[in-house]
Amino acid sequence: MSPETWYDPTRVGAPLVLLLLFSTVVLLMIRLSRQGRGMFIRRIAGIQAMEEAVGRATELGRKVFYLPGAGSVDDIQTIASLAVLRHVATLTARYGVDFFVPNKDPLAFAAARETVQEAYLQAGRPDLFTGEIVQYVTYDQFAYTASVTGMMVRERPAANFLVGAYHAESLLLAETGQTTGAIQIAGTAEVAQLPFFAVVCDYTLMGEELFAAGAFLSREPAMLGSIKGQDYVKAALMAFIVCGVVLEVFGVHWLHDFMTLGNGH
Amino acid sequence: MFWKLRLPLILTFCVGLVPIVTFFLTEKVPGVSFVRDKVEQYMVIIAGFALLLGVVNVTQSNIRKIEKRKPGWPFAVSLLAGLFVMGTMGILSAVRVGPFQGLLTTADGTVTPFYWMTRSFFSPLQAAMFSLLAFYVASAAFRAFRVRNVEASILMIAAFLVMLGRTPLGEYAFGWIRGGELWLPGLTDWIMAVPNTAAQRGIIIGAALGGASMSLRVILGIERSYLGAKH
Repeated sequence: MSPETWYDPTRVGAPLVLLLLFSTVVLLMIRLSRQGRGMFIRRIAGIQAMEEAVGRATELGRKVFYLPGAGSVDDIQTIASLAVLRHVATLTARYGVDFFVPNKDPLAFAAARETVQEAYLQAGRPDLFTGEIVQYVTYDQFAYTASVTGMMVRERPAANFLVGAYHAESLLLAETGQTTGAIQIAGTAEVAQLPFFAVVCDYTLMGEELFAAGAFLSREPAMLGSIKGQDYVKAALMAFIVCGVVLEVFGVHWLHDFMTLGNGH
Repeated sequence: MFWKLRLPLILTFCVGLVPIVTFFLTEKVPGVSFVRDKVEQYMVIIAGFALLLGVVNVTQSNIRKIEKRKPGWPFAVSLLAGLFVMGTMGILSAVRVGPFQGLLTTADGTVTPFYWMTRSFFSPLQAAMFSLLAFYVASAAFRAFRVRNVEASILMIAAFLVMLGRTPLGEYAFGWIRGGELWLPGLTDWIMAVPNTAAQRGIIIGAALGGASMSLRVILGIERSYLGAKH
């Protein structure tokens, strides 16, 4: 078999170059950050407000709801959500406030339970962790929505966190939380659901902010370095787009052709 | 330490590389399709076991709720009844026991009890939940379009034009001018195709890079929160 048939020539071009560029820049920034180079990451209002939301629940003596979204653990938004869940669980353990995490996906449920249990352990309050904090509800989208909105209306939580992958249920959940008077912090990378969250919730982590949240909260140099590297690649891509537009205007198509995949995209 | 942290990190690294490597390789490379298919199959198997864990959790937590007569305990009774009736019928229909011959229809074309339950209870309940969305959209739109500042005003004007341009009224509004019937629909298309698409693509590119950065952290074992472990 000849080596030409080993790889897909329509994919080995721009995707491979971008993959190598992205990985190199991110790994370089992680290395620099670990060596002690300061990394400035702008403040994100939604992340800053998390402690305020849990504090409000403590004052009111009401529950905090954390909804990790509809995705499974193979969805990177769910992984990002688990990083935020860890932080929120640490806060609820520290303040001794009632916490509730209803799950739609069984794999996300198992991971969320582990995450919350560890957070309570590391906050020095393993006694507060019970099996009733993280619960599985159902795999069906609207049955899950009906169950959780019902609990919101009956229990009237003081704070709702809706962080992860959301679909048609986003507005039903967020609007119900809004009507119960809860402070709401949402985060998703689903573009179609972002307007709903932006309108209904007090704070929204939009797209990349969701993925940066875990790194921002951990303050780990390696994590912050990866965010910085991602920002540099974004700047490079913006320059790339401007170059592409200018070249196309002048009838030069090689950049467009280079960036086009075999399927025409 | 090895079983709880190192092994999951090694597995994550290996499995995380599969979609990246197989994206560039063709099916002609030995083992590519085998590895990719196996990863997908294992995902389904693991999800199946996790679903069992979920069912056990639902049963335990709702039985506890009924025992302690917690607020809303009648809902727990209804949930458990639904879970076991539908679950039992589904399993019996899948393995074809007695009158439960198949999931949808039997050999003579009659509807099975499981499908009847799905069609008569489950689907209408789902549709009812989904239809509530219309009312929620209306109340969310009312809140969004209140003129409070410059941004909200721009949003309201853009939304008004788009909604008008998507209806026959948009065509009639300037229909008395030659070619005027296309003004509002054209403006609507421009708003959707240019400013709206530009903003969406900005968010999509940012989110894609954020997701790629997060994936890299997970594959390299820097991000470990999904394991419950500290960084």
